[in-house]
Amino acid sequence: MERRVGHLSATGLACRRGERLVFTGVDVRLGAGAALLVVGANGSGKSSLLRLLAGLLRPFAGGIFWDGVAIAADAHAHRGRVAYLGHGDAIKPALTVAEDISFWTAIDGAGEAAAQAALAAMGLERLSEFPCRHLSAGQKRRLAIARVLARIDAPLWILDEPTNGLDAEARRRLDRALAAHRDGGGMLIVASHERLDLPGAQTLELGPFAREARAAEVRGLEVDQLV
Amino acid sequence: MNGFLHLVRRELRLALRGRGESALAVAFFILGALLFAFGAGPEPQLLARIGAGAVWAMALLAAMLSLERQFGPDYEDGTLDQLLLTPLGAELVALAKALAHWLTTGIPLLVASPLVALLFGLNGPGVAALIAGLLLGTPVLTLIGTIGAALSVGARLGGVLLCLLVLPLLIPVLIFGVAAVQAATAGGGLGAQAFEPLMVLGGFLLLSLGLAPIAAGAALRQALE
Repeated sequence: MERRVGHLSATGLACRRGERLVFTGVDVRLGAGAALLVVGANGSGKSSLLRLLAGLLRPFAGGIFWDGVAIAADAHAHRGRVAYLGHGDAIKPALTVAEDISFWTAIDGAGEAAAQAALAAMGLERLSEFPCRHLSAGQKRRLAIARVLARIDAPLWILDEPTNGLDAEARRRLDRALAAHRDGGGMLIVASHERLDLPGAQTLELGPFAREARAAEVRGLEVDQLV
Repeated sequence: MNGFLHLVRRELRLALRGRGESALAVAFFILGALLFAFGAGPEPQLLARIGAGAVWAMALLAAMLSLERQFGPDYEDGTLDQLLLTPLGAELVALAKALAHWLTTGIPLLVASPLVALLFGLNGPGVAALIAGLLLGTPVLTLIGTIGAALSVGARLGGVLLCLLVLPLLIPVLIFGVAAVQAATAGGGLGAQAFEPLMVLGGFLLLSLGLAPIAAGAALRQALE
């Protein structure tokens, strides 16, 4: 499947959850083959930033652009570009491993061959007829990751704490797959507490200190820019 | 369109392998109607008169039972995020969920309804009008219920909220469904008098088929915010 590589940029992103302003003034700039590692304490807004960039949340302020076009202007196209791994594994206990991944690759148009290759890449090929209810937490995480790996058509992979529950071998498999994705021109955004092998990755640190420093700026922002 | 069918098939598969939620809804429907029948006493005329209302009210409540779980588990395990990132879009996701809900809850209720009608001693035309009404009305319950289910995703006491949101909206469906049965029972057949309320139900169905996916889709997107 043809991969449309472009570039992702975001300027002045602010995110509000409830009454709390989680972060403001975040800029992101990613080209083909680039990776962004998002770090920060619990509650610093790593997951929210990833959900913003995936198009699941709308920013409180600022804009997100793909090749200069706002992603909100063509949400359908953005959905086609993104493969997202969230906190939850989104796995139904009643389905088998093969049924699970095949559903998502069929609906996303990645195809059955991609599903099988992704299962093999995460070392799950022997479990494909296994019901998901009997998988361990680490195996479920592998399956959720395999669903992203199957999205060879998606140029932007967004992974939220992918290493949760993974053993050393699975982590190596993940590193290899992510490197291959970037070699092919794919982009990567990862939030993680763990050290990941992402050569040349940019690091974005979200944190309470950054937030306090920008409090004054935010007040100005609310008057001037927020709609 | 292909993705839509994939989602419907997956939902049906999950429902079949699940712990029998459809069976639970049908059992609730039958037992509830049974309580009405016993509560009203042995007078055949009274039973026949309240029968249509009792059956319709129980169908509404039974449909509510499984609606609560339409999006809740998907929201909690992250499936809803993934579904909204598919090319389908939130509206078609909601429509596919609604179709699967109707196939797994509406159809079983429809099949069980003649049995329940028997409890109340409805005559032949009355049973026919009941089935025709439920055929048109149960998809409306599902579609309107899907809006409520989408709106109450992630809410505390979601099930209670769902009932408060949806049941008042379904009163017209109940009224016309019952009117069709009463006209058929009294007029002796599916004549014009029974036909009119059924036409109104058909109108409700078209209206909700057009509007519910849009409303439920918007609510789902909002739920993830």
